Amino acid sequence: MAETILELKDMRVRFSTLDGAVDAVKGVGLHVKAGETVAIVGESGSGKSQLMMATMGLLASNGQAAGVASYRGTNLVGLPKAELNTIRGRKITMIFQEPMTSLDPLYTIGDQLMEPIMHHQKLGAGAARSRAIEMLKLVHIPEAGRRMGSYPYEMSGGQRQRVMIAMALANDPDLLIADEPTTALDVTIQAEILELMAGLQQRLGMGMVFITHDLNIVKRIAHRVYVMRYGEVVEEGETAALFAHPRHPYTRALLEAEPTGRKAPPPATAPRILDGTGVTVSFKIGGGFLSGPPIVLKAVDRVSVSLRQGQTIGVVGESGSGKSTLARALLRLLPSEGAIRFDGRDIARLDKEAMRPLRKELQIVLQDPFGSLSPRMTAGQIVTEGLLVHEPSISRRDRDLRAARAFEEVQLDPLLRNRYPHEFSGGQRQRIAIARAIILKPKVVVLDEPTSALDRQVQKQIIELLRDLQSANNLSYLFISHDLAVVRAMADHIMVMKNGVVVEQGSPDDVMDHPQDPYTQRLMKAAFVNTANG
Amino acid sequence: MTDVAQHPAQQGRSLWADAWGRLRANRAAMISIYYLIFMAVICIAGPWFTPHAFNTIYQDYNRVPPSLSAYPKPEMIDQAVKDAVKRARVELDGWKEEGGKILITVSSAKPIDERMTRYIDRSSVFENAAVVDKPADGLRMTLGADIERQHFFFGTDTSGRDLLTRTLIAGRVSLSIGLLAGLVAVVIGVLYGATAGFIGGKTDEVMMRIVDVLYSLPFIFFVIMLVVFFGRNFVLMFLAVGAVLWLDMARIVRGQALSIRRQEYVQAAEALGVTRTGILLRHIVPNLLGPVVIYMTLLVPQVIILESFLSYLGLGVQEPMSSWGVLISQGAKNIPSANWLLFFPSFFLTSTLFALNFVGDGLRDALDPKDR
Amino acid sequence: MLRYILKRFLTAVPTLFVIVTISFFLMRVAPGGPFNQEKGLNPVIKANLERVYHLDQPLWKQYLLYLWNLLHGDFGPSYNLPDFTVAELFAQGLPVSMQLGGSALVLALLIGGCLGIIAALYQNHTADYAVIATATAGSTIPTFVIAPLFQLFFALTLKWFPVGGWGDGAFINKVGPVLTLMLPQLAVVARLMRGSMIESLRSHHIRTARALGLSDYAIIIRHALRGALLPIISYGGPAAAALVTGSIIVETIFSIPGVGRYFVEAALNRDYTLVMGTVVVIAIFTILFNLIVDVLYAVVDPRVRYD
Repeated sequence: MAETILELKDMRVRFSTLDGAVDAVKGVGLHVKAGETVAIVGESGSGKSQLMMATMGLLASNGQAAGVASYRGTNLVGLPKAELNTIRGRKITMIFQEPMTSLDPLYTIGDQLMEPIMHHQKLGAGAARSRAIEMLKLVHIPEAGRRMGSYPYEMSGGQRQRVMIAMALANDPDLLIADEPTTALDVTIQAEILELMAGLQQRLGMGMVFITHDLNIVKRIAHRVYVMRYGEVVEEGETAALFAHPRHPYTRALLEAEPTGRKAPPPATAPRILDGTGVTVSFKIGGGFLSGPPIVLKAVDRVSVSLRQGQTIGVVGESGSGKSTLARALLRLLPSEGAIRFDGRDIARLDKEAMRPLRKELQIVLQDPFGSLSPRMTAGQIVTEGLLVHEPSISRRDRDLRAARAFEEVQLDPLLRNRYPHEFSGGQRQRIAIARAIILKPKVVVLDEPTSALDRQVQKQIIELLRDLQSANNLSYLFISHDLAVVRAMADHIMVMKNGVVVEQGSPDDVMDHPQDPYTQRLMKAAFVNTANG
Repeated sequence: MTDVAQHPAQQGRSLWADAWGRLRANRAAMISIYYLIFMAVICIAGPWFTPHAFNTIYQDYNRVPPSLSAYPKPEMIDQAVKDAVKRARVELDGWKEEGGKILITVSSAKPIDERMTRYIDRSSVFENAAVVDKPADGLRMTLGADIERQHFFFGTDTSGRDLLTRTLIAGRVSLSIGLLAGLVAVVIGVLYGATAGFIGGKTDEVMMRIVDVLYSLPFIFFVIMLVVFFGRNFVLMFLAVGAVLWLDMARIVRGQALSIRRQEYVQAAEALGVTRTGILLRHIVPNLLGPVVIYMTLLVPQVIILESFLSYLGLGVQEPMSSWGVLISQGAKNIPSANWLLFFPSFFLTSTLFALNFVGDGLRDALDPKDR
Repeated sequence: MLRYILKRFLTAVPTLFVIVTISFFLMRVAPGGPFNQEKGLNPVIKANLERVYHLDQPLWKQYLLYLWNLLHGDFGPSYNLPDFTVAELFAQGLPVSMQLGGSALVLALLIGGCLGIIAALYQNHTADYAVIATATAGSTIPTFVIAPLFQLFFALTLKWFPVGGWGDGAFINKVGPVLTLMLPQLAVVARLMRGSMIESLRSHHIRTARALGLSDYAIIIRHALRGALLPIISYGGPAAAALVTGSIIVETIFSIPGVGRYFVEAALNRDYTLVMGTVVVIAIFTILFNLIVDVLYAVVDPRVRYD
C-alpha cells in the first residue's frame, strides 16, 4: 500500500464577515496517498475549495483555518510562512479555475515558469530556462522555445491552463491540487486538459486532489471520492463503489441530478411560427478617420432556422460560435440581414415602434440570474414590467394579482413578490426571469443558457419547470446551451454552430450518437466519452 | 389563487435600506453627519444670537485676542479713556471704575464744553456719558459713563469686527455655495453625462470630445474667465464654480450609464418592448443614483475649497460679506501678531471638510455593490 | 513606439491650436483691456500703447499675428511688466517653479507610494489607519491653510526655516514650499496606491504566486506592485504638469519668484500675451506629461501596444 502524503484531520475554516462569523468548513478529515487521484465533489458553497485553500495557506485575510493538515508529518496549518514556502510550490502545488486571470499579465510565460524553478531548485537562469521549455513540451505547447517569450494575453484559455499545469509541475511535486481546472473552458478543450492531467499523473506518479462539481469528471479520473455539503463530508469511498451504491441521500440526489428524459417532436402539422432565412449578423471592428476601413466580422453567417409551434430547437456550440447572436437577431434585438418571419409576417424590416407590440409574443430568458434582474426593483415589479408596456390599462392591483399568479406558475411563493433580487437564490432568480417572460403569454421564448450558472440539482428543477410550462402553454423554445446533456433532455431538434455557421443539424439522437461533421464528432466525443448515460 | 394575492406580501429590504443600515453602523460617518448638521445650524442661526453684527466695527477693539471674559480689560479702559479725552483736547486728571460705571475727571485751560460727552460716547467702550459734576469755573469736569461690556469669544479682526459672528456668517456663505454650486455641477454633469451615455454613438463621441477640450484648458484660467464675465458677484459665483466642476461628474455618469446600458436587465427590458423613457426612468436612473450621491458628497468639499481658493485670491466673495476663504486669507496676512484670525476660520473650514470626507467615504462603503 | 511618439506629437499640434484659439477669444471677449485699469491714463498715450501692441487692429488680425509669432517662438512682450518679454519671464520663473514642483512630485510619489504599500499590506491594522488618517488630513486641509500654519510654527515660532523668499535657491528656503506642495499630492498617491495595491494583492495571479511558494519580496514587488503602478502613473501625468507650472498659493505665501503667480495676475490685468504664454506653456507640459504617461504605461504593461 502506498504511503499517505496528505492527511487532513478535523479541518475547520471560519470567515469573519460584516454579518458575523461564517463557518465554511466544519471539521473535515481526508487523506491522499502517493500516486492517487482523490476527487472532492460538491456544489457551490459546499466548502470544497476553501478546504484546500486552507491546506495551502491561501485563505483570504478574513479567513481562519484550524485543525491538522499534515504533509508527511508536517502540520501545514499555522506553519511559519518561510517553512510553508519550502513545501508550497515545491512538494504541493495548486492550479485554479480561472485560466484567464491566474497568470500575471505583465510577465512572459517564460519568466513566470522560470521563477518558481529558480526559487525552489536554486538553478541558474540557463538551467531554469531549459527546464521551463521541457515543461512546456510536456504539456504539449507547440513551439515551446518561441512561446517562452509570449505574454498570457497572447494565448487561449486552454493554453494558459496548460502553462499553469507546467508551472505547477515544474518542481516535481508530490501532490497537485486542482480546483475546477476545466470548468471555465469549452467542452473540447476541457477534454484535452483532462486527458493531459490524467496522463501526467500516471507518468509522474504524483498524488492529485481534484475539486469539481462535475460527476462525469470524477467518474473518469478519480480513484476515490469525497462528497461535501455545507462544509462537511457526507460520504466517501472508491469511485466505482460510490457511483454504484450511493449511501447518503445527498449523493444519490447529486447522481440523479443529471437531466433525463427526451422531448417528442411536435406533430408534423404544427404551424411554423418563427422562420429565419439566411440570417447574417456582422460587426464592424475598428475603422474611423485615420485607421482605414473597418474589419467586418460575421458573427452569424447565412443561418436559416425554422421553429414550429411546440417545438424546442437546441442550438449548441462553444463560446464565440454565434449562437446567442443568432437568437438575438431572430428576436430583432440586433440588426441583421436576411428574412425573418414571425407568425407568417415578415418582421425583418419593422422598426422599433412596429416591433413593440410583437415583443409580447417573443420573449427571452438570459443566462445570468444575477445580472438580468434590475437590482433596485422588487421581484413583483420586475415580473410585471412587461404588463406596463403591453397592457397599460390594467390597475396596479390587477398587476399585483398577475404577479402573484406568475409566481405560482414558476413555483415561487407569491408572498415573496415584494422582495428584491438580492434576497433570492440563483435558482429563484432564474424563476423570476422566467415568470417575467411567460406573464405576457408569449408564443416563442428564447432561452439563452438559462441553466448554465446554476448548480446541477437546481438546473434539473429549472429544466423540468421549463418543460411543464411548454406543454401547458404550447410554447416554442429556442434553447441555447453549451451543455449537451441539458440540450438532449430539452430539445427535439439540434443545430450545432461553429464560427457563425451551422455545421450540422437533426434530431438529438442522430446528431449526438451519429455525428457526421468532424467538429460535431469532436464535440460529442469530448462531452460524452466518459459518461455512461450520455 | 386570489386569496394568496390578498395576503399582504412580505416586505423586501431594498438596496437603499441596506445601504442606510450600513451607513448607520458607520460611527465616523454618523458623527460626521451630526457634526455637519450642527455646523449648518450654528452657521444659519448663530449670527442672530451673537451679540454683534458681522459688519459692526469696534474702533477700540482692533485685533483683540479671543477671550471668555468680557471686554474691556482694565488696561483697555485706561487706553480708551486717554484716547477719548485726547480727542476732546482736554487734560485727563484721573478715572475710577465703580460697579460697571466709570467716573472721569478732566481739566482744561479753557472752560470745557459739556458736549464733550460725545467724544466719550464715540468710543466703543463707553455709552450714556453724562456730566456728573462741573465746578462753576468750567475748567474741571467730572463725567460719568456706562462701560459697555462686550464678549469677543473668537477675538476681533483687523478692523475691529467680531470674529465669531464673521466666521459664522462666512460659514453660511461657504456652505451654501458648496451646496448650491455642488448641485449646479451635479445637475449639469448628470444631464450631460447621462445624455451622452444613453444616446451613445457619434453624439456621445462629440459630447465627450468637448469635455476633453474643456479639460485641457487650464482650470484656473477657466475659473478666472468665468469670474471676470460674471463679475465678483456672490450669486453668480456659485454658478461659475458649478459650471467648472461638472466635467468630472459628466464623465462618471457617462461611464456608469454606458455600463448600465450593457447590463442584462436592460437587455431584458428591451426584449419586453419597454420604451426608452421606461428604461431610462426604471432602470438607468435608479442605478445611477448611488454613484451620483457618492460623488456629490465628494464634490461639495471640492466646491468649498475652490470657493475659498478664489476668495483667498480676492476673486470671490467681497467685503463686508465674508467666506472662510476670505477670513483665512486675512488670517494668513496677520500671523504672527493675531494668529486666532487664521486659527478659527481654518478650524471651521477644515473640520467641515473632514466631516464631509467621512460622510462621502461612509456613503461609498454603504452604497458600493462590491461590498455586498 | 518611436512612430507612435512622433504621431502623438503631430496630433498634439491641433490640440494646442484649439486651446490657443479658445483661450485667445475667451480672453478677448472678457470686458476690459490691458490699459484700462489705470485711471487717468492719457487717451493719447493709451492709443499709442495700443498701436504699439497692435491692439487697435481687428481681432482676427491680432489673432493671426499672434499665431504667426507663436509659430516663430515669439510669445510677445508683457503689457504689465513692460521691461520683459513673456519668454524672459518664463526663462526666469519656470526653473524655480519646476524645481519646487518636481521635488514635491518625486517626494510625493516615493513617500506616498511607500505609505500606500504599507497600508495595503497591513490592511485594517494600526499602520493602515495611520496612513489613512495622514492621507485624509493631507487631502482635506487646503494648501492655503497648511502654508501659513507651516510659517507660524516652523518659521516664526521654532525659527527652523525662513518665512519666505527664494534665497537664490538655498535648500532651507525650499523646505516649506516643497512640503506644502507635496502634502496634498502625497495624500492622493498614498490613497491610490493603497487601493490599487489591495486590488492587486487580491488578484488571481497573486494567489498563483503564493501557491507556488514564491517569496514575499517576489510576490509584493515583482508581481503585485507592478500591476498596481498603473493608476499611479496615470495620476502622475496631469499632477506633474500642474506641479511644475507653479502654484499661485504657495508662491505668493512663500514669496517665491516662480511662474505660478503670473497666471492670475495677468488674467486680472488683461495682460493678454502673458496669459496666452501661460496657457501655451501649461498645455505643452500637459501634452508632454500625458505622452510620458502613455510611454510608461507601455513599459509597465506589455498588453498596451501603440502601433
